[in-house]
Amino acid sequence: MNKEKKTLIDFFANNKFIHTLLSIVIGFVVGAIFLSIMHISVGTAYGKLLSTVFNGTKGLSYCVAYATPYIVVGLSVAFSFKTGVFNIGAEGQYVMGSMAACVTAILLPNLPKPVLIPLCFIASMLVGAIWGMVVAFLKTKWGINEVLSMIMFNWIAFYLSNFIANIPAIHNDGTAEATKYISDNAKIGLSADFIKAHDLCNVTNWGILVAIVLTIIVWFIIEKTTLGYQLKAVGFNKNAAEYGGISANKSIFTALAISGMLSGLGGALQLMGMGNRISVFSGQEGYGFAGIVVALIGCSNPFGVFAAGLFYGSLRYSGGKLNLVGVPTQVVDIIIGTVVFFIAISTIFSYVKYLKKKPKEVKKVEGKEE
Amino acid sequence: MARENVDLNTVVIEMRNIVKRFGNFTANDGIMLKVHKGEIHAILGENGAGKSTLMNQLYGLLKPTSGDIIVNGKKVDMNNPKDAINAGIGMVHQHFMLVQPFSVTENIVLGMEPVKGMTVDMKTARQNVVDISEKYGLAIDPDAKIEDISVGMQQRVEILKALYRGADVLILDEPTSSLTPAEITELIQIMHNLTKDGKSIILITHKLKEIKESADFCTIIRRGKYIQTVDVDECSEDDLASMMVGRKVTFKVDKPKQKAGEVILDVKDLHGVDYRGVEILKGLDLQVRAGEIVGVAGIDGNGQTEMVEIITGLRKATKGEVIVNGVNVMNKSPRFGFENGVSSIPADRQKHGLVLDFSVEDNLILQNFKEGEFSKNGILNRKAIKDFATKSIEKYDIRPENCEERPAGTLSGGNQQKVIIAREVQNDKDLLIAVNPTRGLDVGAIEYVHKYIVEQRNKGKAVLLVSFELDEIMSLSDDIAVIFDGKIVDRLPGNEADENTLGLMMAGGKKDE
Repeated sequence: MNKEKKTLIDFFANNKFIHTLLSIVIGFVVGAIFLSIMHISVGTAYGKLLSTVFNGTKGLSYCVAYATPYIVVGLSVAFSFKTGVFNIGAEGQYVMGSMAACVTAILLPNLPKPVLIPLCFIASMLVGAIWGMVVAFLKTKWGINEVLSMIMFNWIAFYLSNFIANIPAIHNDGTAEATKYISDNAKIGLSADFIKAHDLCNVTNWGILVAIVLTIIVWFIIEKTTLGYQLKAVGFNKNAAEYGGISANKSIFTALAISGMLSGLGGALQLMGMGNRISVFSGQEGYGFAGIVVALIGCSNPFGVFAAGLFYGSLRYSGGKLNLVGVPTQVVDIIIGTVVFFIAISTIFSYVKYLKKKPKEVKKVEGKEE
Repeated sequence: MARENVDLNTVVIEMRNIVKRFGNFTANDGIMLKVHKGEIHAILGENGAGKSTLMNQLYGLLKPTSGDIIVNGKKVDMNNPKDAINAGIGMVHQHFMLVQPFSVTENIVLGMEPVKGMTVDMKTARQNVVDISEKYGLAIDPDAKIEDISVGMQQRVEILKALYRGADVLILDEPTSSLTPAEITELIQIMHNLTKDGKSIILITHKLKEIKESADFCTIIRRGKYIQTVDVDECSEDDLASMMVGRKVTFKVDKPKQKAGEVILDVKDLHGVDYRGVEILKGLDLQVRAGEIVGVAGIDGNGQTEMVEIITGLRKATKGEVIVNGVNVMNKSPRFGFENGVSSIPADRQKHGLVLDFSVEDNLILQNFKEGEFSKNGILNRKAIKDFATKSIEKYDIRPENCEERPAGTLSGGNQQKVIIAREVQNDKDLLIAVNPTRGLDVGAIEYVHKYIVEQRNKGKAVLLVSFELDEIMSLSDDIAVIFDGKIVDRLPGNEADENTLGLMMAGGKKDE
């Protein structure tokens, strides 16, 4: 089997990592083409991206802070992919989780740090999980398509969040269209002295440690536990799982609850680490949708998602600085869009390979998972 | 046999040195085929041997990588089925391509309708269809809707469709796979009638008995390679089987006499509805005792599928009892049945039997991942799982070797079935239900599957075998229960059954008629 000549198609279809890297390169090439068409120096633009990111500890710490919520929401979506449900409702769960943490922090501002922070986390996870479980309930009870109800629940979350932000007890005392700032006891930022001493950005926070722990936990659940086995079985083949005695409905509930929990926690981390208050939205924030992108770039592998989240966060942060050199920040969107496009194409490569190999009795093993 | 119709001087189809490659994979490697006028020519090979690939090239669905196709002495390029139809070749696919709500006439003339002005001239069309059906002795009702007629009739419509398009050579792809014994006999008669009229038939199959009964010559393909073309009269079924598989094959299943023990499965007065909500089980009673194989014979659609689904917990019954080991498992969950002694080899191995994206080792623990050594406190014990898989792969000869971590979907059908059998047999439950356990498998794999099923019986397990293959039922069962219209209409010892009485009973007739 090994002496088979490897075709280009095999190469793309089998090696997800290479394919992802290549997609990223193509993303930048396409971005460069657009820049050239607009007569903007590619060197200037990409130079700015690089210099922003690799601007010593300050630049890097910004990237990490930006990336944290993307990683966590990316894990949420990746987890749902692995278990056969497409959690397009991560956005709503994120918004609700964030608001739950915010309300908790505003209403109980004087609790000591070691109590309030976990409490906010729990509140966000609980509300995120509920937001996911309602959809699971609708699906398993009445067979309502989860994608549709999730999209609607994203909007319910959006308006509910705005509604809560306008409640007098929550709303900012000043003129800002936002909630109050959360109390210092709920913030997870590093101490000002430490930040100054190490020349970090002022939003540096502990969230990244939470993200690392979550990455490992999600990987562990998916690969090592009976729960992960069960959820994956249902995700891959609901019928066989049921035949084997696994309850598919229960699995969908669990999967969406865990996924919602992660998205909700992502919202709390962003709030407690960077935002410190929630604005009245004029449009959806997009963290949940970014989570889909991150999960795709990370090939739904928890560690891949971690790397993808860092990449995405860095681009978002450095992209925001592009207008300083007269480059439209939308270039970043073009790059990311192209990357996702080419990663999605990998499915096509696998499919072409599948079609070509179909008559063969024994197909080649796909790239291993573990 | 029917050699009298063969005109050995007129070669209608010749395929020379056909090579077909898909990437690095060679599906056909130098295949030769010569079909004479008035001949029934069987193409025999295991699953994946390249039979269908070869025929798809003849019918213009695939282009050969190299090699020539010669029709009536002229080399032709088949670019699409239209070229093939123009060259007088017709194909009846295994899965019929008919428009269900259309009438027989409409289906036959579809795409070649006689027209009068702007409208279809249905009167002429109907007359044409009647003419052609009389000419070849293929009786049909030209006005019946396809959805209302039987599978055998639908096949006739397919054959007429090809004849209507002027086919002189008919390719029949696994034509008997869904027919009853009586329908098979009729089909063979029809084939002989057609050859009498100078038509030629290419029959793709892996059923040896039908080849013996109908074909004049047989071309054997093994793993894409041409083995040889033989005169069917000069070969026995065993010869054909060994040529196809490449080794000696035994059909006889070694089944020592043994006395059946206590009742393990007791189905009482079972009522149930099918997916449309129509009552399909109408008071079914069935008992299976320890150490016996009870075969359920019946035509598809008489309730056997629903019966199995109810016993395995996938479907709810409206009335009755399903007692396994003294516990009523009816209208509970698959898990409940499993825990009370039900294991099963499901009819659809890819839908119900396996998680194709899971590795072989993960598939082997599908019901047991929470139990015993495979996990502790919710954490999987990968080493124990792998060890179990390695042992199973060796014991049940699952190929390729060392396929523990391979996705089950990459195994061949026969090996996928072995994975299921390894799992279900090692579950060591008192009741094993096997539904069409050898469907789509070739002779070699069938031999293994039968061996394991009988082994379970010999170990004193109760085995319920549901199959549309009468041969399988007859060679394995200690007792045969005939299902008709939602009830078991009769039960007779396996050694007293013969195909004709069974066929009659399956169609609703009585044993003594």
